[in-house]
Amino acid sequence: MKEFLMHDAKDGVGVAVVDIKAGQEVQGVALHGQAAPRVKALMEIPLGHKIALRDFQPGDTIIKYGCDIGKVVAPIKTGEHVHVHNLKTKRW
Amino acid sequence: MGISSFKGFRRENGRVGIRNHVVILPVDDISNAACEAVASNIKGTLALPHAYGRLQFGEDLELFFRTMIGTGANPNVAACVVIGIEPGWTQRIVDGIAKTGKPVTGFSIERHGDIKTIAAASIKAKEYVHWASELQREDCGIDELYISVKCGESDTTTGLGSCPAVGNVIDKTVAQGSTASFGETSELTGGEHIVKSKAATPQIAEAFMKVWSSYTEMIFKEKTDDLSESQPTKGNIRGGLTTIEEKALGNIEKLGKKTKFVGVLKPAEAPSGKGLWFMDTSSAAAEAITLWAASGAVVHLFPTGQGNVIGNPIEPVIKLSANPVTCSTMSEHIDLDVSAILRGEMSVDQAGDKLLEMMVRTCNGRLTAAEVLGHREFVLTKLYRSA
Repeated sequence: MKEFLMHDAKDGVGVAVVDIKAGQEVQGVALHGQAAPRVKALMEIPLGHKIALRDFQPGDTIIKYGCDIGKVVAPIKTGEHVHVHNLKTKRW
Repeated sequence: MGISSFKGFRRENGRVGIRNHVVILPVDDISNAACEAVASNIKGTLALPHAYGRLQFGEDLELFFRTMIGTGANPNVAACVVIGIEPGWTQRIVDGIAKTGKPVTGFSIERHGDIKTIAAASIKAKEYVHWASELQREDCGIDELYISVKCGESDTTTGLGSCPAVGNVIDKTVAQGSTASFGETSELTGGEHIVKSKAATPQIAEAFMKVWSSYTEMIFKEKTDDLSESQPTKGNIRGGLTTIEEKALGNIEKLGKKTKFVGVLKPAEAPSGKGLWFMDTSSAAAEAITLWAASGAVVHLFPTGQGNVIGNPIEPVIKLSANPVTCSTMSEHIDLDVSAILRGEMSVDQAGDKLLEMMVRTCNGRLTAAEVLGHREFVLTKLYRSA
């Protein structure tokens, strides 16, 4: 069983499909069969929450489903939790 | 998948329903008490209390009449008793429902009082229940179904599993000639370009973008912050969804991979033909499903992540979830568990087949979790303040 899923090969985040522990090495699987990375989780990622698959800086765009899901507002390291504390909508 | 028929109720106008309700419909808020008294007197009836129906005007009033008449006209309703405070608007709703050919009678309270009105309406309701209880289900085609789709308390698992499963059913049923509708105008924000690309013609794409832009303008006019607890909701955020864009991209998985939509509907407007239709609706579940039921939809497919418990009094709401925590902690609300998708043990196509099977069982008479638990959320959409 893999620990996270990716919608699209271009995605910068994966979705945890189990509760991931800090320090855990986790393997992803892409929904359409592309190769998915293996990363080390730097913090707990609850089931359903997003894990960063690369580093991001404020102002960067995060891609999920192969599409823009918002802008980064705080630095994010590979393996960190991506959520409302570091990612904001560009719409509202 | 080889499911092409079910046992439904064919109504006087040829439309097919999957339930056989005798509805006691209040025209206005102050007639709720009389309707609930009739429903208490006469077993096998269903009162639909609501908050509005007084002093409305303009487009808001038109939407009110479309919703009330559409609710009574829905093929899941066998017969209808309408009660209002005065005879004018009561008769307008009775006349609208009567166009279907189904039995409908109106009663008004002024110059009679609650007690005499309740007595007269109860006698008529009893007659309708005896009549409706002898109607028989007959063979109906999947192409005679009108299906609505909307998700609620979404999380990242809805975009991974339950919404794609609904999209798979849309592709399979619309290809067989079914009618279907999606909406949630504000909740398409971030994926509106994808929805636009799924319109059957450039004119339909333009009509969709006009409706979406208008709703977005309303939000910008009224908003006091970045909507960070309204859209996404607190529940969405708890489940891991961060932005409206992310929520929308999961939401639109319900539209399917192949199906193009063939038109744009006003709230509660009935589709004029088969295929998939966009309806301009609220993204709040009870309001949206009330609008679809009023447009004639007879069965609703509802993916949930964190566990929205919504039901509708006349349109059965089938719930599915791909979130294993929700499926175990709230199992009494979930009709179909597709969490095996997250474990890589079920494909979206297999989940679609299981959902199609559950939909047909529901059409044949299986009660949904929401029906058994008594969820009857009937919520009118109001466009602005009353006169």
